[in-house]
Amino acid sequence: MTAHEVLPIDREFTPRLALRKRLGTLFGILSALAIIIGLTTLGLLIADVVRDGWHVLSWDFLTSYPSRRPEQAGIRSALVGTFYILILVAIIAFPLGVAAAIYLEEFAPRNRLTAIIEVNISNLAAVPSIVYGLLGVGVFVRTFMLGRSLIAGALTLSLLVLPIIIIASREALRAVPPSIREAGLALGASHWQTVRHFVLPAALPGILTGTILALARAIGETAPLITIGALTYVAFTPKSLFDPFTVLPIQIFNWISRPQAAFHERAAGGIIVLLAVLLLFNGLAIFLRARLQRRIRF
Amino acid sequence: MTTEPFLAPVTTPAERREWILRLLTGTQRVDRIRRLRESIILSLLFLSALISVATTIGIIYTLSIETFHFFQRVSLIDFLTDTQWTPLFTEKHFGIWPLLTATLLVSAIAMLVALPLGLLAAIGLSEYASPRLASIVKPILEILAGVPTVVYGYFALLFVTPLLKRFIPQLEVFNALSAGLVMGIMILPLVASLSEDAMRAVPQSLREGAYALGATKLEVVWRVVVPSSLSGIVAAFILAISRAIGETMIVAIAMGQVPRLTLNPLVAMETMTAYIVQVSLGDTPHGSLEYQTIFAVGTTLFLITMVLNLLSYRFLQRFREVYE
Repeated sequence: MTAHEVLPIDREFTPRLALRKRLGTLFGILSALAIIIGLTTLGLLIADVVRDGWHVLSWDFLTSYPSRRPEQAGIRSALVGTFYILILVAIIAFPLGVAAAIYLEEFAPRNRLTAIIEVNISNLAAVPSIVYGLLGVGVFVRTFMLGRSLIAGALTLSLLVLPIIIIASREALRAVPPSIREAGLALGASHWQTVRHFVLPAALPGILTGTILALARAIGETAPLITIGALTYVAFTPKSLFDPFTVLPIQIFNWISRPQAAFHERAAGGIIVLLAVLLLFNGLAIFLRARLQRRIRF
Repeated sequence: MTTEPFLAPVTTPAERREWILRLLTGTQRVDRIRRLRESIILSLLFLSALISVATTIGIIYTLSIETFHFFQRVSLIDFLTDTQWTPLFTEKHFGIWPLLTATLLVSAIAMLVALPLGLLAAIGLSEYASPRLASIVKPILEILAGVPTVVYGYFALLFVTPLLKRFIPQLEVFNALSAGLVMGIMILPLVASLSEDAMRAVPQSLREGAYALGATKLEVVWRVVVPSSLSGIVAAFILAISRAIGETMIVAIAMGQVPRLTLNPLVAMETMTAYIVQVSLGDTPHGSLEYQTIFAVGTTLFLITMVLNLLSYRFLQRFREVYE
């Protein structure tokens, strides 16, 4: 090996470092631009809605029933319906979701059935929400004869958010270190006692955060409730589980699909209220996570 | 739990023996009750997990029963080859293509926005931004994913369409373009978040190895990080397509309800989901042909998204196997 053989390679290889670095910077700017486009759209969306709907917000708007006259139309029935749906979905989906997560994460044997359940849950989490609506029509509205009622809507939405709660809760349970379980078992606690008294409390902040975000998803959903036929003109608040109902997103959709601009303003007002509720939820989730996490440290 | 006093006042050996015996048998009984209770709890937990399977069975059962009735009246050949969809008119045609084309067109527009921007945002967050900046930007970006779709519909119809109309005068009030663009922005955080997770899972040593060989940041990103996390990124992309195909409210509000077979994004069209909404808004009697059409359309939708979801799951599993 002489220097002569190495030299041609040296001559061929030009590092062009300056160019490559400049390309890298350019690419960094591009990726920053992508993020900025996302954030700008979010800003535009909020600004647009607030500009359109700010002036319709009033106490009357919150406490009036929908009306054919836009200047009198309010969101009372929708707000109450959303509140009921929220409570019902929380009651139905939270215990089921957490129980399923505990089973899959702590008890499930590694077998075919467990694998099927896992694939199935990840598929269900991505099934279009309108398909849940069709399920709701077929099973709850027709077969169980619940009609187009509050409980039919709540059950449909519960099935919709169940996979989200399960996935979030499993992640929270998985984040609890195995040493906690081993310590519990070593103290003579049974498997269930260990899970109940050691693992679950430690995972609770994560589980609650996931559940709150899932509930936020439920109150923003429109399509499945349209499919099960939640009435769009409801000038009363439901008195029982079997009454017809409406929710905020449906009322908003109803107003958007009218031609008059005055109704579009009402829709924007409804959107501001809906976004405010969702913001409250997300804030609550962040607060809970921060607060509960401080108490438990491994 | 036993409530027996642990140290009973015992004096004689006989008393002591009796006490120990009572303690042991008592514990046994408590133990038996506890075991029974726990096996009941365990089976309740198992049943809860089975609800997800029951949901899938319920979906397939509901969809297939009505779809079966539908195909007793309409031939599958017509469904797959007819180019018109007019079940609500007097002269009825049942070709899925107009709905399917509209769905694919709007999804394609959304993907043109969401995939490049999502991937770029993920690279920016995971490779370029400082962890501090990323921890601030990421939650804000994820708010986009939490905005209800009906709000995006409002935004597309009453903000984006009028805005685009200034540049494209022939744009109709309802069109696939603005619905697709807005849908793309909505799906961006999903792509960004899942791709970023995949990139974060790439071991730091791979990056450092490449840097040590003289690679620049861009080369590390494109030749090391992206290829190593490719299956995660592909999973994110597939899931994004599935999301776009199943998206309902944006297209129902901003894209119109005219089932026509065209690839022109400037005119009104009707997607599969928008058709289901349209029929559901009217009061269709159970058992009528219109009622059955939404299940036939729903089945098509369910099958397409399920194939995509399972594909995405396979890719995701592969990426997990490599680095965990």
